[in-house]
Amino acid sequence: MTDRAEAPPRSQWAEVWHQFRRHRGAMFGAAVFVFIIAGVFLGPLIWTVDPQFLPRGRDFLNLRDTRPIYVALWDGAAKVSWAHPLGTDNLGRDTLARLMFGGRVSIAVGLAAMALTVGLGTGLGLIAGFYRRLDAPLMRLTDLFLALPLLPLILVASLLFREALAQRFGPEGGTFLLIVTLIGLTSWMQVARIVRGDVLALKEREFILAARSIGTTNARLITRHLLPNILSPVLVSAALGIATAIITESALSFLGFGFPPDFPTWGRLLNDGVARLSSYPERAVWPGILISLTVLSVNYLGDGLRDALDPRIRGR
Amino acid sequence: MTARSLLLGATASFAMATGAQAERGSDGEVRILYWQAPSTLNPFLSGGRKDTEAGGIILEPLARFDEEGILTPWLVDEIPTVENGGVSEDLTQITWKLSPGITWSDGTPLTSADVKFTYEYCTHPEGGCAQQSKFNGITSVETPDAQTVVVTFDSPTPNPHVAFVGMESPILQAAQFADCLGAAASSCTEANFAPIGTGPFVVEEFRPNDVIVYAANENYRKPDRPYFAKVTLKGGGDPASAARAVMETGEFDYAWNQQLAPDIIESLEAGGKGVFISDFGPTMERLMLNHTNPDPSLGPDERAIIKPHPFLQNPAVYKAMSMAIDRQLLVEVGYGPAGKVTCNWVPAPEWYNSDTFDCAEQDLEGANALLDEAGIIDTDGDGIREKDGVPLKVLFQTSTNAVRQDSQELIKQMWSDIGIETELRNINASVFFGGDAGSPDTFQRFYADVQMYANTFGGTDPQGYFGNGLCDKAPTPEKQWQGENIARYCNPAFDALHEELTRTVGNEARGEIGRQLNDMAIEEGMMIPLVHRGTVAARANTLEGVVMNAWDSELWNIDAWRRAD
Amino acid sequence: MLTYAIRRLVLSVPTLLLIALAIFLLLNLAPNDPMAQVPLTVPPEVKQKMREALGLGEALHIQFWKWLVQMVWVEPRVLVDWLTGDSALFGWLPDTALYRGEQRVISWQTRSPVMDIVAQRLPQTLWVVGTAYLLAIVIAVPIGIYSAYRQYSWFDQAGTFVSMIGFSVPPFFSGVLVIVIFSVQLGWFPSIYDTTHQVTDWQSLLVQINQMILPVMVLTLQITAQLSRFMRASMLDNLGQDYVRTARAKGLGEPNVVLVHVLRNSMIPVVTVIALGVPNIFGGAIITEQVFKVNGIGQLLITAIEANDLPMVQTLTFVFAVLIVLFNLLADLAYGLLDPRIRYD
Repeated sequence: MTDRAEAPPRSQWAEVWHQFRRHRGAMFGAAVFVFIIAGVFLGPLIWTVDPQFLPRGRDFLNLRDTRPIYVALWDGAAKVSWAHPLGTDNLGRDTLARLMFGGRVSIAVGLAAMALTVGLGTGLGLIAGFYRRLDAPLMRLTDLFLALPLLPLILVASLLFREALAQRFGPEGGTFLLIVTLIGLTSWMQVARIVRGDVLALKEREFILAARSIGTTNARLITRHLLPNILSPVLVSAALGIATAIITESALSFLGFGFPPDFPTWGRLLNDGVARLSSYPERAVWPGILISLTVLSVNYLGDGLRDALDPRIRGR
Repeated sequence: MTARSLLLGATASFAMATGAQAERGSDGEVRILYWQAPSTLNPFLSGGRKDTEAGGIILEPLARFDEEGILTPWLVDEIPTVENGGVSEDLTQITWKLSPGITWSDGTPLTSADVKFTYEYCTHPEGGCAQQSKFNGITSVETPDAQTVVVTFDSPTPNPHVAFVGMESPILQAAQFADCLGAAASSCTEANFAPIGTGPFVVEEFRPNDVIVYAANENYRKPDRPYFAKVTLKGGGDPASAARAVMETGEFDYAWNQQLAPDIIESLEAGGKGVFISDFGPTMERLMLNHTNPDPSLGPDERAIIKPHPFLQNPAVYKAMSMAIDRQLLVEVGYGPAGKVTCNWVPAPEWYNSDTFDCAEQDLEGANALLDEAGIIDTDGDGIREKDGVPLKVLFQTSTNAVRQDSQELIKQMWSDIGIETELRNINASVFFGGDAGSPDTFQRFYADVQMYANTFGGTDPQGYFGNGLCDKAPTPEKQWQGENIARYCNPAFDALHEELTRTVGNEARGEIGRQLNDMAIEEGMMIPLVHRGTVAARANTLEGVVMNAWDSELWNIDAWRRAD
Repeated sequence: MLTYAIRRLVLSVPTLLLIALAIFLLLNLAPNDPMAQVPLTVPPEVKQKMREALGLGEALHIQFWKWLVQMVWVEPRVLVDWLTGDSALFGWLPDTALYRGEQRVISWQTRSPVMDIVAQRLPQTLWVVGTAYLLAIVIAVPIGIYSAYRQYSWFDQAGTFVSMIGFSVPPFFSGVLVIVIFSVQLGWFPSIYDTTHQVTDWQSLLVQINQMILPVMVLTLQITAQLSRFMRASMLDNLGQDYVRTARAKGLGEPNVVLVHVLRNSMIPVVTVIALGVPNIFGGAIITEQVFKVNGIGQLLITAIEANDLPMVQTLTFVFAVLIVLFNLLADLAYGLLDPRIRYD
C-alpha cells in the first residue's frame, strides 16, 4: 500500500485508467452518461424547438396532447406528428424539447447537490471518525440536522435568501443555488455517519498503525490511507444521492418552492405526468427512464472507478 | 379483493332491500372520500370547508340554501320576511319560529335556548370562533318561549338571514357545550369530536385527519330517513386519486371537491363507474392588478404601499391585458365542467350578475390597437412596449396548483402577443394565503404586479364581499398587512355607492346597486375576472339522490341519498 | 462500554434540548400561518382572534417553556397512567393516576391532545412502514451478500439494475403505477387503506395483508434498493482483504468465511443505514402514506406542516429527534460489538 503511494502519480493514474477501460460496466456507464449529457446540452442545437413555446389559437387545439410517433405502430387512430416525435403535453409544448431542457436543470441540480452532499458528508465523517475530540460535537450536529424537518427549513431559507439571491443571480440562478444548498445541507448526514463508522474501524487496523509508526502526518493518513478505503460506500452514496436530489427538486417545485412554473425539470415532468398516467403514459415514463438511466450510469461509473482504484482488485 | 368485493357484495344484497319501500337505514353504507381530511366536527373552531361539511351531517342551521341559492326552511317552518311579519318593518329585528317536535339525537327537544347558546358560544371574546362575523351587528338574542328566537340588530339590516343560516352557522346543543365557552373550547375534545346534533347521522367513530364513521340518527325528524345506515367519510390523498377510487376502482361512492383538468375528467369518466356533477356558486378566479408600486428597489415603507403603479392604472394597459386573454381556452384547458367564462366580479346570484361587459372572445388586434393609440409602443425594438420609458414587464404570481400553473403559462403567452413580458412565480398555498405579517410572499403583501386566485362569499348576499373594494380595507404595514382590498383600489364614489347598498332593501334594488359596483371596479381596473368556478364532485352510478350544492354544504341532503336499484 | 453508554445518555439531554429549541425557532421563523386554510370569506379581524385563541400572541420564550413543560412533564405522566391503567402490558400494575388535568400539548387543527392522535396513528404506521423495513432488511442483506460474492454475475447485474431503478423511481410515481395496474386494471388489491380495520382472526388478518401489499411493496422496493447497494459495496471491500485469504488458507469452509468473517466486518455501514432508518419507521413514509391514504404519522406530519399546526409539528419532530439520538447511540454500541477494536473511551 505505502509502496504504491510512493510511486510516481502518473503511472498510478495511467494504471487506474487502464483498469477502468477494461471494466465493461464502467465503459457502458460512461457511454450512457456521456450520451445523456450530450443529448441535453448539445441536443437543443439540433432539435431547435423552444420548450416554452405554446401554439396560438386554432393550432393550440390541434397541437396539444399529441402522442409519441411510435404509438402509431399499434394504434393507427392515435394523434401523432413527425414534428413532435415524442408528442406534446396538454398545453401543446414539445415533449422532446422539454426533456432536453429539463435534463440540463436536473443533471446540474443532481450533480451539484450530490457533490455538496458527498463532500460535506465525507469531510465531516472523516474528521469525526479520526479525531476523537471532534467526534461527539460533530455527531450531535448530525443528530440535529437529521431531526430538522425539511419543509419548514425550506420555508425559512426562501424567506431569508430567495429575494437576495434572485436579485444577484436572476430568478432561475437564485433558485438553483437555494435548491442545491438546501438539498446538500439536508442530506449529508447519512454519508457522514457511514464514513465515520468505517473510519472508526479502519483507524484501528494494522496498516494505519504501520503508517503512523513511520511518522505519516494526520492529513496524509486521512487522504492517502483512509479515504481510498472508504470509497465504496461513498460512491454508492453518490449514485443514490443524484437520484435523491433530482426527486427532491421535483418535490420542491411541486410544493411551490422550486423553479418558476414555466421551467421544466425531469422531476417536474414526471410529477405532472403522473396525473395522466393511464391516458398518456409516455409523459411520466420518459422522464422516469431518463432519471433511472442517469442514476444507473453514474452507479456503473462508480463501480468501475472503485474497482480501478482498488489495488487488490486491480490485479484480478 | 377486500374493500371492493365487500362493497360489491353490500350493493348486491341491499339492491333487493331498496326494491321494496325504502326506509331508514335500509341501504347499508355510503362511502365518501374527502381528499382533505376533516380535523374537527365543530365548525366554529375551524372554518375550513372540509370540517364544516363533515360536521354539517350532524349539526344543522335554522335555514339553508338549496342548489339554486334559494333560502329554504330547515329547522323552522317558514323563512321570516317583512311580508310575513317575521322581520320588523324597520329591519332591526328577526323572529325565527322553530318547527315543533324536533329532537336532538340524544332524544331531548331542540329549544330556542340552544339557539341563544350558540350565539353566546360563538361571540365569546376568548373562544376564537371562526364564524363570529355571522353574528356581526347583533345586540341580543331573546327567547320569549321554547320555540321562538328573536334576534335584534343595532341598525337596520337589509339582509338579516345570516346568523343561524347556512352550513357555517349551525345550532349547537346547549347541554353538551355549556362548559366549553371561551378559552375552555379547546378542552372539550369529546364534544368537538362527537357533537350532538339534529341531523340525519350521529358520530360513531372520529379519527381526526383520517376517517369518520357515522350511523343513522334514530331520533331523526323524518321517519323514513336517512336511507343509509352508515356513512364512512375517509380523508387524505389528492383529488386525482380520490376520483380514481370512485370512477375507476369503485371503492368509494362520492369524492368531494374535484378540481381536475378537463382531459383527466374525461378519461376518468370513460371508466364508466361514475359521473362528475357540478353546481355554480359565486366563486370566481381573477387576476388582481396591483394599484401600488411593488418595485423591489423601493424600501419596506414604500414597496406595495405608495401609489400609483408605473403602468397598470392606465386604462389602455389593463383593458388590453383583459382583451388579450382567451378565457374560453382557459376554461377548456383548466376547468371543463367546473368553469364558465365571466367578465364580472360577482357572477352569481343572477340578480347581481352584470351584463355590461363582453369578454368571451379574445381580441389581440383590438388590444394591440388600444395600446398603440395610447402611445404605449415598443420604442427600443426589444418586442416589449414601454410606457413613459418603463417597459411593460409584469411579475405574475399565484398559489401552487397544477391548473393555475397551466393558466399562468397560457396567459404569459397571450400577453407576449401584445408586447407585455411576464415573469411567473408560484408560491405554496399555505404561505400565499397565510397572513404571516413577516412573509413577503403572502397575497395580502402583493409584492408582484398581477396575482391570480379565487374568492367568493357565503350565502347569497355580496354586501360584505363588495366591501373588499373599500379604500380603508387596503392592507398596510400598520395593520400587519391584514385587509381584504388586495388590489388597494380606492375610489370615493365606490365607497359612497357601497354605503348606499347597506341601506337598500329588496333583491331588485340591491342587485341594481351591486351591478353598478361591479361595473365600476372592473371598468377602473381593480381586477380582470377570468373564470366563474363551480364546485365539482365525483358520484358513483349506484348512488342516487345527490343534489350538488355550491351555496351550502355538498352533503346538505345526505338524508335523501340512496343506493340505486 | 457501559460507562460510555451512560455518558452518552446523559449527554443526550442537553442535545435534545438544543434540538427542540432549534426546531421551535425554525418553525416560528417560517412564514406560514395556521389561518391559511381558513377560507377567504372569514374576515381578517376574526382570523386575528382565532390566532389569539391558539395562544399565538404570547412571547416566544413563554410559548417554548409551556411546550417543554407539557412535553417532558405532563405527557410522560399521561403515558404512565395509560400504561398502568388501560394497556395490556402493564395493566396489572396499580393505576398510578399521576395526571391531574394539567394542560397537555394541544394541536391547533383539532384542538385535541397531540399524543392521543399520535397513539391513534401508530398502529397503521407500524404495520405498513415497519413491515416494509423488516421485509427490506430480510431481502436486502442476502441480495447484497450474494451480489458481492458473485460480482458481475447475471444475478449481480440484475440486482444492480432493479435496485437502481427502484431507487430512482419516486413513490409518487411507483405508487400510482401499482394502483393503476393492481387496483384499476386487475382489481386485486384496494387502492385505499382502511385504518378502522381490526385484526381479530385469520380472515381479518388476510384482509389486512391484502390492503398492506401495495404500500409495503412500494416502500420495500425503495429501502431494499438502498440497503442492498451498501451491503454489496461493503462486502466487496472486505472480500479482497488479506484476512479472507488467511481464513481460506486455514481451510475454513466457504460459508464460514463469507457469512461469519466477511459479513461481520461488512456490517458497519449497513448497521448505520438501518439505525438511521428505524426512526423513519416512526416518522412514517410521507408520500407513500399519502398515495395509499394510510394516514399514519407521515401523513399527520405533512398535514400538520401544511396547516402550520406548530404544536403538532414540534411534538412529532421532537419524538423523532429522541428516536434518532437513541438509535444512533445504539448504532455506535453495535460498532463496538461488530469490531471490538473500536473503543470510545
